[in-house]
Amino acid sequence: MLAKIHITLKKDVLDPQGSVIANSLKSLGFDNVNDVRQGKFIELEINSNSKEEAEKQCNDMCEKLLANLVIEDYSVEIEN
Amino acid sequence: MKTHVIVFPGSNCDRDVAVAIQNIIGSSPEMVWHKDTTINQSDLIVVPGGFSYGDYLRCGAMASTSPIMKSVIENANKGVPVMGICNGFQILIESGLLQGALMRNSSLSFICRDIIIKPANTKTIFTNKSTISKMPIAHNEGNYFANSNQIKEIEDNDQIAFQYCDENGDINAYSNPNGSINNIAGVFNKSKNVLGMMPHPERAAESIHGCDDGRNIFESLLS
Repeated sequence: MLAKIHITLKKDVLDPQGSVIANSLKSLGFDNVNDVRQGKFIELEINSNSKEEAEKQCNDMCEKLLANLVIEDYSVEIEN
Repeated sequence: MKTHVIVFPGSNCDRDVAVAIQNIIGSSPEMVWHKDTTINQSDLIVVPGGFSYGDYLRCGAMASTSPIMKSVIENANKGVPVMGICNGFQILIESGLLQGALMRNSSLSFICRDIIIKPANTKTIFTNKSTISKMPIAHNEGNYFANSNQIKEIEDNDQIAFQYCDENGDINAYSNPNGSINNIAGVFNKSKNVLGMMPHPERAAESIHGCDDGRNIFESLLS
């Protein structure tokens, strides 16, 4: 199975990189960009009998290593 | 005094801190490779600065899962003094020994320059000889963050170790190099036997460094 994991900074955490990217997009003429949040995207292949089990394991991986829960949120999506 | 310095692939302040320990504390530290699994009886464990594991994923994240860290955590929980400097601070945070997070500097730049810090609690084994001190920082991710509940807890328990300040000891936005919340440059764990700090006392430890203010942290450990 393929797991797709998105890790982003929590809403209440300032994202200076996102702000700089937003400014650059505006300077390119994309005036309708209001906010940019930069994050990480991790794709991993995992052997598992069920989507539920794979998702549970990926959540565990995020809690233990992939995300820093003090500043980051994560979401997991499993594909067959 | 029996002292240990942990060495990860990518550590680059391990020998600097070993020299400082040798010169100031008078103990020749045992250098412990990250793949080792045990530290028997120690009076001080230092997790040094550098770029452990190339700072992959997040600074300190990979190092915090390396074999030796289990023993560092066990020793810390037994009350052994553990000190993390710069990348070592990031590793101690990632390993859960210290609270909060270290984010990218608000300027988005790597900062390498002298700063001034002031101890917030001088009743600890690391800071009992501390005063307003000048020493260098050299980091890209030193922007300390904790949410408002955690900050309150850290403040209520006197866990703030150092804050960035100006020459007069005033803690203000101007003296904050990296955007750290409340100018925090270093924190303790609850029982104050674990210290993490972004500034480098080992790089300001003898007159040839141009400043030896960093000595007071090592001298504190002697008393």
